[in-house]
This record gives sequence, structure tokens and C-alpha cells, in this order.
Amino acid sequence: MRFLLIALIALAWPAAATTALDRAIVSQLPNGMDVIVLEDRRAPVVVHMVWYKVGAADEVPGKSGIAHFLEHLLFKGTDTVPGDEFQRLIEANGGQDNAFTSHDYTAYFQRIAADRLDLVMRLEADRMRNLVLSPEIVALERLVVLEERNTRVDASPGGVFAEQRAAVTHVNHPYGRPIIGWRHEIEALSYTDALDFYRRYYAPNNAVLIVAGDVDPAEVFQLAERHYAPLARSEDLPPRVRPQDPVALAERRLVYRDARVTDPVVTRSYPAPHRRPGDQAEAAAAFMLAELLGGTRTAHLPEVLEIDEQVALSAGASFSATSHDPRRFSIFAVAAPGVQAAKLEARLDTALADFLETGPTQADLARVKARVRAAQIYALDGLDGRARRYGVALASGLTVGDVQDWPAVLQAVTLADIRAVAARIFDRNQAVTGYMLGPEDAQ
Amino acid sequence: MIRLVLILAIALAAPLRAATDIVEVTSPGGLTAWLVEEPSIPIVTLNLHFEGGPAIDPPERAGATVLMTGLLDEGAGDRDAQGFAVAREELALRLGFSTNRSAVTVGMTMLSENRAESLALLRSALTEPRFDPEPLERVRGQILSGLRRDQTNPRAILGRAVNRAVYGDHPFARDRDGTPDTVSGLTREDLLAAHARAFTRDRLTIAVVGDITAAELGAPLDDLLGWLPEATVPPPADADLSDAAQTVIIPFASPQSTARFLHTGIDRDDPDYIAAIVVNHILGGGGSLSRLTQEVREERGLTYGISTALQSSSYGSLYGGALSSANATMGQALDLVRAEWARMADEGISQTELDAAKMYLTGAFPLQFNGNGRIARYLIGLQLSRRPIDYIDRRNGLIEALTLEEVNRVAARLLKPEALRVFVIGQPEGVTPTE
Repeated sequence: MRFLLIALIALAWPAAATTALDRAIVSQLPNGMDVIVLEDRRAPVVVHMVWYKVGAADEVPGKSGIAHFLEHLLFKGTDTVPGDEFQRLIEANGGQDNAFTSHDYTAYFQRIAADRLDLVMRLEADRMRNLVLSPEIVALERLVVLEERNTRVDASPGGVFAEQRAAVTHVNHPYGRPIIGWRHEIEALSYTDALDFYRRYYAPNNAVLIVAGDVDPAEVFQLAERHYAPLARSEDLPPRVRPQDPVALAERRLVYRDARVTDPVVTRSYPAPHRRPGDQAEAAAAFMLAELLGGTRTAHLPEVLEIDEQVALSAGASFSATSHDPRRFSIFAVAAPGVQAAKLEARLDTALADFLETGPTQADLARVKARVRAAQIYALDGLDGRARRYGVALASGLTVGDVQDWPAVLQAVTLADIRAVAARIFDRNQAVTGYMLGPEDAQ
Repeated sequence: MIRLVLILAIALAAPLRAATDIVEVTSPGGLTAWLVEEPSIPIVTLNLHFEGGPAIDPPERAGATVLMTGLLDEGAGDRDAQGFAVAREELALRLGFSTNRSAVTVGMTMLSENRAESLALLRSALTEPRFDPEPLERVRGQILSGLRRDQTNPRAILGRAVNRAVYGDHPFARDRDGTPDTVSGLTREDLLAAHARAFTRDRLTIAVVGDITAAELGAPLDDLLGWLPEATVPPPADADLSDAAQTVIIPFASPQSTARFLHTGIDRDDPDYIAAIVVNHILGGGGSLSRLTQEVREERGLTYGISTALQSSSYGSLYGGALSSANATMGQALDLVRAEWARMADEGISQTELDAAKMYLTGAFPLQFNGNGRIARYLIGLQLSRRPIDYIDRRNGLIEALTLEEVNRVAARLLKPEALRVFVIGQPEGVTPTE
């Protein structure tokens, strides 16, 4: 075996009883493909995932949706496994498979009996470099993607509102484009677009393999060497540098009206820090801030707006710490009957100002930390979730070490850290405020 | 995602290493629970299922059970709503109370180190809920908001129309949340009455998975549930389901239409049920290789997702499916559905299809238990459908033993193309309503 185990890492926490379940064994193939093994011997099942470090935010302007469209096309066959033979083989072996696309990654996974790992690796490796497409196949699948857009975005007012908000928010960064793509651009995506994108980005030096379940790590590495090591690298992989948003000098506001909206919604977002390799403290503070502001029933915004003032049916905060580039910190509230959006926004601002002035208590923070720590134990119970945690992080430019450090970084956050990050985040000039209203609602 | 996860699918397939892993525990007080010990992670999952639920609300008090259930974690004993929430967070307890159309369910996952305190908090929520005015009005407001939203949500409108047409005067025809009128009129006394109806020993099913032994389980179960009265009101009646072909269009301004199609189905305890699982898998239950997905999506690109499911319950069984398609193509898509329904009823399936379905269904069986929560839900399902405790050992054998003749006989029995009820919401072209 040519592999060296470059790391054998056990989380210091939780307690020793769970250590065996909490270990990641990592390696890298000579062609640059990362390999991560997460053992879980509780059931004879394996989850096999390949994550490509490419997503909607890597598309060139004018081709929005191509990353997601290609995800669909990856099920269309190769010379050696033509047509839908891939899925027939998975099904014949009692396996399940699917795929998903985000702004930062595209991932493919199978869940199957642990003794079928060789088969799924062979199939996944084959379609990494050998996909066969035709203009006819591309044209037909484009119809399916347009139907998917109808179902996912247009079928709910919240879906349209979120898409419009992102477009207004990210004036320069491609996070402003919908993952599924703008309709007019999906309609124009071609066979050549798909193939160009595929050849450039689908390669071992742009991929992470994660195998989780009832497996022997040494055997996984042997199989990976057999199936993935022979694959050719992509030689024209561009550096992953996206256009960044400028510092905004003017607050932005948008109003979306839709006949399907029955209760007005107010949202507000601000630029936020994200986890960076070896530098996760500020994102951890923002994560805790979101928990304290809106993460639970006892958080500040629900307590003030839902319970004390009764101006909101629900209120909260939303923040995702893991992304390749900085994203947004959001707060939101749904108006109680008779409460106008402008009044709700004013109450939201007052609640936020009070929080910044008086701040959370040590007891509040301790409670959040206990819950976050417990979530780490609960997370051990799900094979897919464990694998996804690593996949998302690595596709966002983080390392296995960062993933392992993250729980401790969260536990180290202090009230002073939270106050400091809040002071940085809540800059009104950088804010985007959205109203989603019914046709007759007053602003 | 390449495929929409099949939300209709009612999975009765799932996987343990061996049936011996399930033990039946009887508490000193006579409560029985099914237990899977899983000591490798220091957590315990407890699921409780109380049959009845919204289906036993009096019609004029529709929604009482949902509101009552929504208030169980909003104050109990000497803790007000905020006090209860703080206690739950301090224990890092995952506790959810919910309803489906004929049950109140409790799902709880606790850290082993907090087991006693967590069970005590649950006991307090179940035995001494406060139903204080502030949370009552707040949760009522949230339910009314949901009802308003449903009035402009095409899928919710469609679901109601289907339920009204299929279930007639059975409680399943109603919305389990109630109506704006009934919810607005509910009083604290109504909630106490709903509480008394919901929680009885005769309709209780218990599943436990995790870091606890059979010996350790009995006494805590009695502490938690020993107070339950034997029985109060009778369980819901069976639904009187019958077939009546119809096509209904609900006009709704949207670029895409959504359709549901169904007729009467097959009960879980019917000897043909196992064969029906195979029929459904091949017709529309089996993802991208099913006949319907091949015809409607893969060959023609008319939809992102089409699926079917056996909707079998002890109150009456249905069989049907759903799809969305652009308004212009909905008529064509539904024509294909009818044609495939008829083709499988008339000609059955091939040996190749049967072999592939068996390989998938038996192979996928052990995959679905991914975590304590899913195992616990499966144990509840097994008990509710009165499967033997060794069903998991036997189930793949039942699938393997099916012959082509048997499956085709059941296909002809299950599939009634002439009896399909079709409901479409949107502005579909090429669909002719029956009235």
C-alpha cells in the first residue's frame, strides 16, 4: 500500500466511550484526490460520497445553473456503463443513490450494503472522467430541470423572495445567482456548456472521497487506489477566486408582493465572517450570536417579539458558518395579525439594539454551549450527517483539522467575543432589508 | 438534487442486524415496550404513539388535539413556558410533541447522563400541562397563521380536496388543525378534554432505542406512564372507502399544475400486501427506474418528480400518486399515467422486472435504519401493524418467495385504471373534468 495515513485524529470530546465512533482517517491519492474514512460498525452499511469542489458560484456569468444541470447529466451514462445502467446496478444491489448541488460543491452519494463498496467506487470513478452526452440527452434533461425550477422556486412565495433577496444582496459575488439558475439562462444551456464544465472540474484533484460506515480503512484505501488513483488530473482547474462583494455604502431594501402571502415577513441580513482554515474563532462567535438571538425558544428575538410584545408569530436568526466565501447573517420575523411590516421592523431594530446594549448573560451562553456540545453527541448517530459535515467543510476550503477543532472553538467563545462580532456585523449601511407582503398589505 | 425525495412513500421496509436485537420489555406495572439496545453512543431515544389523535376530536372542536399537543412543552407543573424551555435546553433534551391525522406522538432523545431528569420533565409535560393564557393565545395564533397560509398553498388546497372527496363524513375528511372558526373558539376546557381523550393506556405504543438495558427500562416506564387511565372514548371508526372515477380541476394561477391520482388500495394485513409492495415499486414507487418515471420524466421531460405509494392504514387503504408538470403538459402526463396503470393491470410485469425489484427491495431493507430515531419509528410501525417481533427476519423471505403469477394477479387486483380519481390544481391543458 502506497498510502500513508497522514492523520489519525480523535476528537478530544465527547467522552472516551464515543471516541471510536468519532475518528476520521484521511489520506490523499497521488493524483490529488482526498480520501476520508469514518468508521461506524453498528450496521453493515456504507455511505460512499464524492464531493467536487465546484458549485453554482464557480459558473461563468451567463451560464447560471450549469453546475446543477451537470449533476443531472451525470446519471446519463458512460461508454462502459451506458444509459441508466449505473442506476440499474445500484438498484440490483439494493443500494440507494442521489446527488445535490450548492453554491460551493456538487456531491454524489450511495448508501449500500458494506460489501458492495467496490462496485460503487468503480461506478463513481468511471463517471468522473468518462461521461458520454449527446445534444438530445441534454435537451431532454433541460426540460426536467425547468420543471424542477417551477417546483422548487416558483411554487412558493418564500422561494421567489429568497432568490430576489440574494440577487439584491450580492452585487458582485456569484452567491447572488440561484443555484438552479435563472430560467432564461437554463433555457440556453447547451451540450457544449455541460461538457466544458465537466471536463474542467470533474477530476480527482478537485474531488474529496468520503466513505462512512462498516468498513476497514485500509481496505477503503486499497479500493480507492484501484479505482480512483488511475484517473487523470484536470490540468486547467482555475484557482477558486470569485469576485467579492464590495463594502456597501448604501442600505438596500426590497419589497416583494405575492398573492399567496398571508402574513407579512420582514428579513434583514448583514455581511458575516465565515470559517477559514486555522481561523474559525470569529465565525464561531457569530454562530453563538445566532443561537442567542434566534436559535431556540428562549433566544432573545423570540422572547421579545413573540412572547413579550406579541408582534410576531415567529422570529429568529439564521447563520451558516461554513462556506467558501463570506455569506450573510440574517434575522427575520413573521408579523402577528394586524401588525404592519414597518412596525415589525422597528420592533426588530429595538430588540436588536437592546440585545447589543445589555447583551446575553453567562447563563444564557452556558445553556447554548451545553446544547451545542450535546449536538455533537447526537450527530454521531447519523452516518450521512457525519459524512456531510466533512464534505461541506472540505469543499469550502477547510481541512479535516478544522472540522475536528470546530467543537472546541465553539466552546471557547466568550461573551466579549460575541459582543465584538455583533458590533462588527450589525452595520446598517451593509444591511439588506426585505419585506414579503400580500397584495393589499401596507408597508 | 437529481430526484425529489419521495415524500409519499410509506416505508415499511427497514433494517436491523437481527430480529433478536428487538426485545419486548414488560414493566412491573404491565406496560410493554419494544427495545433495541445500542450502547455505543451515550444517548437514548424514546418514542410514544397514542392512537386516536385529531380523529377523535368532536367536529365542533376540530383542532383541539393539535392545539393541546402544541402546548405540552409550553409550561407544566411549576414551570411556565419560559421555565420549561430553559429546563429542556439545560438538559440538552430533544423533545417533540406532534400529531398526525390519527395519533399524538412523542419523540424524545436524551443524553444518558441526563436520563432521569429528562424523563421527569417529560412526565411533567404529559401529566400536568398548564395551558396558560399567554402560550395558548400565541400557539393558537401560529395555528391560525398556518391555516391562512394553507388557503393560498396549492398543495394544501389539493390535499384538502382529495380528503373531502375520498373520506366523506369520516374524520379524515377534515383538516386536523381544525378551521379558523373552531380554532378561534377553543377554550382551556376543550384542551383539558382533548388531553383526557388523547392519553390512555389502551392506545399506547412504546419504542426505545439506545443506551439502556431491558432491566433498566421497566421502572422508568411505570414512573412515566403508570398514571394513564385504561381507556376513555372509543377509537376512530373505519373509513368507508369506495371507488368513484372522477376528474376535478381546481383553478389556480401558477405556471405549473400539481395532480394527485388514487383509488382504493390494499390493507397491510392482506395476504397480497407483500406482492403489492413489488407492484408499486415497479410502477411508481422505485425512483428513477419505475415505469412512470421512465415514461413521464426520462423519456419526455414532463416532470421533475412522479411517484406512487401504498397508503395503507387500519382505517382504510388507498393507492395512488402525485406529480407536477407545466400547465401545457399536464394533460399529456396524466394520459401517460392512465396508460401505464392500464398496461400493468392488463399485461403485468416481466420476470426481469420482478427479479430486479426483489434484488432492490431485499438489498435496501437493511439500509434504512440510519440512527436511533429511525429505528424507534420503525419499531412503532411494526407494533401498530401488528407484525411479529421477528418480522425483520422473515420479511425478505416473503419477498423472495413471490412468483410472477402471484405478482401479476395482485397487479390486476390492485390497479383499477377505470376507477382513478384525478385531482389537479393549476391551469392544466388537456384535462377534462368529469363535472
